[in-house]
Amino acid sequence: MAFLVCVAIAIVRLKDLFAVAMLAGIYGLLSASLFVSMDAVDVAFTEASVGAGISTLLMLTTIAMTGRSEKTSGHKPLLALTVVCVTGALLIYATLDMPSYGDVNSAANLHVVQRYLNDSFMEIGVENIVTSVLASYRGFDTFGEVVVIFTAGIGVLALLSFSRREKDDSEIDSINESMHEEHLVVRIVSKILIPFILLFALYVQFHGDFGPGGGFQAGVIFAAAIILYAMLFGMSVARRVINQSFVQLFAAVGVLLYGGVGVVSMLSGGNFLDYNVLAADPVAGQHLGILLIELGVGIAVAMVVIIIFFNFASRIGFSSEGDKL
Amino acid sequence: MLTHLPALQVLIPLMAAPLCLFLRRPHLVWMFTLIVSGLAFLISVALLQQVMVSGPIIYEMGGWSGPWGIEYRIDRLSAFLSLIITAMSTVVLIAAQTSIDKEIPKNRQIYFYILFLFALTGLLGIVSTGDVFNVFVFLEISSLSTYALIALGKDRRALWAAYQYLIMGTIGATFILISIGLMYQMTGTLNMADLAVLLPEVAQTRTIFAAFAFFVVGVCLKLALFPLHLWLPNAYAYAPSIVTAFLAATATKVAVYLLIRFTYSIFGISFSFTTLPLQTLFVVLGLVGVFVASTAAVYQKNVKHVFAYSSVAQVGYMIVGFSIGTTAGLMATLLHLFNHALMKGALFLALGAVMYRIGSVQLSSFNGLGRQMPFTMAAIVAGGLSLIGVPLTVGFVSKWYLVMASIENGWWPVAVLILLGSLFAIVYVWRIIEAAYFKDPVAGKEPAKEAPLAFLIPIWLLVGANIYFGIDTRLSIQVAQAAAHSLLGISP
Repeated sequence: MAFLVCVAIAIVRLKDLFAVAMLAGIYGLLSASLFVSMDAVDVAFTEASVGAGISTLLMLTTIAMTGRSEKTSGHKPLLALTVVCVTGALLIYATLDMPSYGDVNSAANLHVVQRYLNDSFMEIGVENIVTSVLASYRGFDTFGEVVVIFTAGIGVLALLSFSRREKDDSEIDSINESMHEEHLVVRIVSKILIPFILLFALYVQFHGDFGPGGGFQAGVIFAAAIILYAMLFGMSVARRVINQSFVQLFAAVGVLLYGGVGVVSMLSGGNFLDYNVLAADPVAGQHLGILLIELGVGIAVAMVVIIIFFNFASRIGFSSEGDKL
Repeated sequence: MLTHLPALQVLIPLMAAPLCLFLRRPHLVWMFTLIVSGLAFLISVALLQQVMVSGPIIYEMGGWSGPWGIEYRIDRLSAFLSLIITAMSTVVLIAAQTSIDKEIPKNRQIYFYILFLFALTGLLGIVSTGDVFNVFVFLEISSLSTYALIALGKDRRALWAAYQYLIMGTIGATFILISIGLMYQMTGTLNMADLAVLLPEVAQTRTIFAAFAFFVVGVCLKLALFPLHLWLPNAYAYAPSIVTAFLAATATKVAVYLLIRFTYSIFGISFSFTTLPLQTLFVVLGLVGVFVASTAAVYQKNVKHVFAYSSVAQVGYMIVGFSIGTTAGLMATLLHLFNHALMKGALFLALGAVMYRIGSVQLSSFNGLGRQMPFTMAAIVAGGLSLIGVPLTVGFVSKWYLVMASIENGWWPVAVLILLGSLFAIVYVWRIIEAAYFKDPVAGKEPAKEAPLAFLIPIWLLVGANIYFGIDTRLSIQVAQAAAHSLLGISP
């Protein structure tokens, strides 16, 4: 906790954006470990992969695009400071009447949670309760979250995409070339690592039933591998491997797979996302349903993260070209 | 299939959005989007009928009953709101392709429709769900797509406006999320009906007090209540015309819905109006908002800004009606939700038509338009009259009920102030009429042609609705009244 506060203060005070991005990554990692110590392993896993991994990467990409140091602005942040203080005070005020942490008899632990803890294995047959809550009891929320991510991807596409990209690939190539020679060791090491990262992503994807893991984390890890490849071997090479419109369609497929499971269960006589009707045995149906929707989540998340990265990165190509002109 | 209607209403636009990527041709996607929105409209009509006759419908997502799973709960209020949303989106979409051809580059048009469908999904999801966390999820879908839609505007300032909205909107959403978290901690449930039962037991704790405070501030940011309205004028002014028309007619309405839903159905009216001095606070803020925003509207040079500020003022009226706290007041608010959607939809669409022909909506470029684009300008006049509250328009109906409700409650000064607010509306509407009809067009400029039919049809549909519901008020009043009754727990 103390570390967390220190890092946060450092982030606010520092002017060098590169250091800020790095510290933000550390912040993510620290909060992840905080979540672990609070026994929320699944949340910690997500935070580690998203907060410490991908978001730091995206921040770095943005910095590469805009420049490294912050413009100092003259305005006095008094109003903002008051608002923050009032909010903080209200939050602390709210804690005064809260049940103490980990209290078995607190309301949050007595009501709906009881059924999740006691009956979920019987009803769904999945050992990881977090997965069964996410994917089945509150599956519709998770569907919503996937749509949020997809919306973000589409939003980036709508704002940053260009109609003709191929034109200046050759120029980017030459920039990349010069960069590569300097990173020989990193390139070889990562070349060895990438298959393992991809494999690990798949493991996380399908292991969600038993331990922490699932579509969200797997998707992010998978995308991280691809981004690593793109960063080290150049955008144009990576783009030759992964086609843009293919990625877009696949992201849509991910969302549709999730929704499709819901529609199929609707057609087989249940409610939307009612996996019980997917197979003769309700528990088997639940298994099948969760497997499929997690796959949908994984595909959609991975593709969207790739979309966001590629569009950011191709912006860099454009701006550097603009500088030359 | 009929039992699935509550879910289908949200799911059809949701599933249609990724499908758009496969269609690839903007015109095709436009037709598809229009059909989807029309379908959603038909469903909402069917749902409203069903709800009016037989009471709330509950649909269990995933077959898990609440509070364990997520349930959709369509009552009169939500059916009424989804009717407004889907009707407006369908009407606005008729003009969409024509309008965005001029405002958005070809290769981004498909993304425009996808985002539009997601915005529609988000708003519908918020009004249909009976689960507070699900509200937040759909709030995110609608806000995220809205930010991107605004940023698509032709003017580069659109990016800045969208960014401002993004920061304010995210703070608002986070506050709402904090509030939901605090409520869950004290009750252990996220289901609205369940919360309504469990909250009174813990109502006196500081945690619930803080939850309520966070919620009120968060939702006020979303509905642009004075003084938290600063994001709205620029966001509306620089967004693509179609987006402005759709947002002005729906987005703030959904925020008002959230406010009503949380205070009346979840926290309960006695808690809401006693823990915080909410009633006084809202009446004062609402009225100050009316006057400040109306004054600002008078001094704007960009006509989109004029009507954007006027929207802030109209939100003020809705909040005044809400804080009266009686059935009549609530009914006035609901009526105004519906009526304001009609007028602002018509006005912003007409501005879209002007934008299409002239490429600018500065007040100075309106000179002489009255003769060049007679039908479009006539629509603006009709919409403006409705905004002022002239008899035979919807604006009159909602102002009338609002004034009656405040008098009934013994709030004479409030009633007087509401009427005074209309005077400002006369001033800012008159400035546009003056420019369009009494000033000569700028010399040497090619006279503009009348807007294409793709614009005139939806504009006049809305103007017609403005006048129709201003004369024959049975439908709107009946529904608003029934919704208000059921919110206050009175059987009609």
